[in-house]
Amino acid sequence: MIRTQSVGGRLWVWAIWILVGFFIVNLMGLIATVVVNSFSTRWFTTWLPVGFTTKWYLSAWDEFQLPDVLLATFEVVGAVVLLSGLLGVPAAYAMARREFPGKRFVMLLFLLPMLVPPITFGIPLATVLYRADMAGSIVGVVLANLVPTVPFVILVMIPFIQQIDPRVEAAARVFGAGTLRMFIHVLVPLLTPGILAALLLVLVRTIAMFELTFLTAGPTSQTLVVALYYAVFAAGVRAGQSVDAMAVIYMITTLAWLLLALRFVNPTQIVTRAKRA
Amino acid sequence: MNGLRATLARNGVDGVTLLLLPAALFIVALFIYPFLFGLVLSFQPKTGDWLANYARFFSDPFLYDTVGKTLKLAVPVTLLNVAFSVPVALRVRLMANPKLLTTILVIPITLGTVLVAEGMLNYFGPRGWLNRALLEIGLSDSPVHLIHNYWGVFLSLVITGFPFTFLLTLSYVTGIDPALEQAGAMLGARGWERFKLIILPLLLPGLAITFCLSFVQAFSVFPSAVLLGAPAGDTRVISVAAYTAAFEEYDYAMASAIAMIMGLVQVVIVAGTLGLQSLFYRGPAGGGKG
Repeated sequence: MIRTQSVGGRLWVWAIWILVGFFIVNLMGLIATVVVNSFSTRWFTTWLPVGFTTKWYLSAWDEFQLPDVLLATFEVVGAVVLLSGLLGVPAAYAMARREFPGKRFVMLLFLLPMLVPPITFGIPLATVLYRADMAGSIVGVVLANLVPTVPFVILVMIPFIQQIDPRVEAAARVFGAGTLRMFIHVLVPLLTPGILAALLLVLVRTIAMFELTFLTAGPTSQTLVVALYYAVFAAGVRAGQSVDAMAVIYMITTLAWLLLALRFVNPTQIVTRAKRA
Repeated sequence: MNGLRATLARNGVDGVTLLLLPAALFIVALFIYPFLFGLVLSFQPKTGDWLANYARFFSDPFLYDTVGKTLKLAVPVTLLNVAFSVPVALRVRLMANPKLLTTILVIPITLGTVLVAEGMLNYFGPRGWLNRALLEIGLSDSPVHLIHNYWGVFLSLVITGFPFTFLLTLSYVTGIDPALEQAGAMLGARGWERFKLIILPLLLPGLAITFCLSFVQAFSVFPSAVLLGAPAGDTRVISVAAYTAAFEEYDYAMASAIAMIMGLVQVVIVAGTLGLQSLFYRGPAGGGKG
């Protein structure tokens, strides 16, 4: 490793770390204000609230119909995770193991939904779903959310599959296993860590996916993040603490799964799609 | 029949290849088809001839200004994020265990823009901790207005955008062989020279892609522009215009036209960036990550 010797160089290094520290302090501050406010009785002109209470969680639970919202969230997320696994893993296997004409084109087809931002393709997609009478329901929300997650699973799984020695599959074939049996008895067990990682990331992304759900959800198919948006949007209608209590519930749901996911993947892979795996 | 099968198999098309059909058909049905549908729909306006939607967009300042307003947010934010990411990533690369730092930075990406917006409304608000600290230290006499204006959206794009840009840059930086820089140091190149002559040329392809991905995200800013900005004024970004057309005016043809214009601007900027980048060095030592 090269050590920085000069005074200017050392100042530069210090400046970088101070900047990173400043960023993190503000980030932690803005998350902490949400948590503190959700437990506060009144909080106006002081550093900390006048008193603490947990009553806002009870009122948020009723005011925002959280049981319904949480149920819709779990239905959407569960269906998206399951379906993106079922569609994505076999496709990733084909992409990892076969060379065929037009493969680059198919790869582009899978890359595009991840590169185009959701709000750009979400508006035409919502239009189509409304015309087909599917928007507003859980089905429509699930379909819209699958558009970026299926390619995501494919791109995460390809390197995992390439790591498996093809001779293992050849051996299974020699003993007479068809593609389905080979999948169930050979590939899925070997790929479990990869599938788990991919699906956990899909789960975290779907809980936090605002745009697509917002554009396609109706009153009965709102997920937590969309309900939170409406609550923040209509600030003033409800107590701020109540909105923050819902924000904390949302944060816990997301971060719990993130922590679990981070046991299987490196944080950088969340943005770089496991390119180095 | 057998002959055809054998020919296809020789070209790599057999039962296994067909496994990608469900996923490919799904993307065609729910991504490609809606896009084409939206394109066709945008040429079928409620009133007027086939170009009426586009004509309206480019003649109504309330609509065409959104392109400029969005660019005015997205371009500076992306440049700032990329510019900060490079030195930070170069330092983090030398850390023995960067996992804690990267984990902290993944949090805002995971929580998403809506939660960050709610946190910012508290934290950067006139009575929030930041303004309280500024007043206490004496850096300012009155609360600084950081929300419900341009800067609110700008800051939210830094808070969710910088971690994304940084993690992407980090993955490119770690792909550069450290031996190259060591060789430069051995030949007497100082820190800045090593950066300018060795690291930067190798990093440029990755940086161009990082810029494009970050820009596209910033350009499609939506929830924070509404919650933290002035959605009727300074931060009436293009996605707000598209949303208003679709869900408040129920003019899906106009909304599709705006979405197409939004996509077009993104394509132009991305193509321009990648075109510029191709003028510079491209070689195998670039980390091999393309």
